[in-house]
Amino acid sequence: MSEKDAIERRRTVKYLLIHAVIILAAAICVYPLLRIFSVSLRPGDKLFSTDLSLIPDGATFKAYASLLKDTMFLRWLWNSLLITLATSFIGVSLASTAAYAFSRFRFPGKKAGLILLLSSQMIPAGMLILPLFLMIMKLKLMNTYLGMIIAYSVSSLPFSIWILKGYYDTIPRSLEEAALVDGTSQVGAFWRIILPLSTPALSIAFLFNFTTAWNEYLVARVVLFSSKQYTWTLGLFELQGQYITQWGMFAAGSMLVTIPVLAVFLYSSKWLISGLTLGSVKG
Amino acid sequence: MASVQFKGIVKKFKDNLVLNGVDVDIKDHEFVVIVGPSGCGKTTLLRMLAGLEDITGGDILIDGLRVNELHPSKRQIAMVFQDYALYPHMTVEENMSFALRLRKTDKAEIGARVDEAANILQLQKFLKRMPKQLSGGQRQRVAIGRAIVRKPKVFLFDEPLSNLDAKLREEMRVEIAKLYQRLNATIIYVTHDQVEAMTLAGRIVIMNHGIIQQVGSPIEVYRKPANLFVAGFIGSPTMNFMHGKLALDGEHLRFSSGDIKLTIPPYLLHDPKKHDGREVTVGVRPDDVLVGRTADGCSDKVDGVLEVCELLGHRENLYIKVGETRLLATVEAFFDRSPGSAVQVCFNYKNMHVFDKVTEKRISE
Repeated sequence: MSEKDAIERRRTVKYLLIHAVIILAAAICVYPLLRIFSVSLRPGDKLFSTDLSLIPDGATFKAYASLLKDTMFLRWLWNSLLITLATSFIGVSLASTAAYAFSRFRFPGKKAGLILLLSSQMIPAGMLILPLFLMIMKLKLMNTYLGMIIAYSVSSLPFSIWILKGYYDTIPRSLEEAALVDGTSQVGAFWRIILPLSTPALSIAFLFNFTTAWNEYLVARVVLFSSKQYTWTLGLFELQGQYITQWGMFAAGSMLVTIPVLAVFLYSSKWLISGLTLGSVKG
Repeated sequence: MASVQFKGIVKKFKDNLVLNGVDVDIKDHEFVVIVGPSGCGKTTLLRMLAGLEDITGGDILIDGLRVNELHPSKRQIAMVFQDYALYPHMTVEENMSFALRLRKTDKAEIGARVDEAANILQLQKFLKRMPKQLSGGQRQRVAIGRAIVRKPKVFLFDEPLSNLDAKLREEMRVEIAKLYQRLNATIIYVTHDQVEAMTLAGRIVIMNHGIIQQVGSPIEVYRKPANLFVAGFIGSPTMNFMHGKLALDGEHLRFSSGDIKLTIPPYLLHDPKKHDGREVTVGVRPDDVLVGRTADGCSDKVDGVLEVCELLGHRENLYIKVGETRLLATVEAFFDRSPGSAVQVCFNYKNMHVFDKVTEKRISE
């Protein structure tokens, strides 16, 4: 066998191995989702069936229909969407400006501030419940969207600041200096040069804020107490009774709540491109 | 266009003194090159003029107006950065028109100015391209074009060619020289490359350790370097230095440095008695070290051994050992002696330089 054939064979084996691992990982990730999808389609009498087929016998969208008709699911979804989008936009806006200050300016307490932000991420979320509860209660924002938005925005801010600061650090300062000489203010340079170049990091921060707020349960449980204000995480939990849990609707709800996250992921993926600063400076 | 004055400029970064009392007057339409080794403070001085660096002490005046606290955009300057600093999310056209768009200039005027600059720099074909689709030389031309369209009072160039390869650097050097002839603008150009300084400048400002060493025309700083630093920095290959002592021998001064003994003619050092016993450094450029021949106005011959020959094409570098001193001579190619052979060298007195060993200042005429 020639050396060329050996190289080709090695390449094929490597290719197959890589794909085998990817397919296995994908299967592990997708399997629970498929099971839930399968459960959501089952007729009421087959909820506890051990059948493994994806589309069960007598598959029906009844669970979806009753979820939308008989519960306040759409209202919960709307609440979640409102809180999540507001949290994401506010969080990213605050983080992008704060991170810029940390990246570009020298000021007393800069290093301590960054370490403080990082250390706040090491505190388990559960431990923050009580202080958040007290803060929101004193602000008289219990059971309000605003209370939820504040709670979510502040908790994901440190991570977003670190992500964005790290990215800003990689953007050459000479670009802002060129903009200053060209006639922008410091804020103008940030707005016109730095922000457009930071879309990959901004997307990551937005996605992080979005998924964290969308899936959050604990804080919502503490802050919200009327079912009209519930987010979908609290709402779906309502379907679990003391004696009976409506698994069909539960599964249908679980499937429906993935749609907004999927949509946001797919949309923001176009911003997750590398090499935006290519060509700006000698590389 | 405008004049620029630096008056007693001081710059400190915490306790680190970067510029120590810089005074330079740059006239209207002048092409001034600030040259010096890395870390000498030349770029800091330029950035202070651009408003990108705070001024610790002193004043900067553009056209007589003190600009110390003025925002960069209000100084009517344009800067070409070392690393181009093109906006990567904008096309070439957008990059060039950015400043004008900020000023809300009329669209037709913007178009006309961008076209004019693109014509000068041969960028017409690339106006719709993104910076990443351009070569290094083209990017540098866009950076220059961005400066041209603004029609500033002063152009600042911060080592604009240092990222280009040797051939491209040569081409761009010619382009910049042509551009200066065409724009007749006030240009302040920072570089560490003395060839760029010599070829482009109307006047050269030579800096070291935050202090101006000499200001003068290229030929002045080459022929009459004010001190040892300038003598060593300007000129390629570097000047030969011989450290020794002067002693009065009758009416004449004799310089001795190991095996090298030279009579110093009176037109180099007046008043020989004044210099008797003085420790000095004598400098001779490689072109003024004559090997195996003599000429009018040359020193006595000294014996040496040829160590290495370097053929450069039309010229040849000869490394010659005279006693403990190694001398570099540049002669016409091809020198017909092989390494190891004995050679005689003499020095062209007319272009010899004598510096005081302690102050390092020039003492010869």
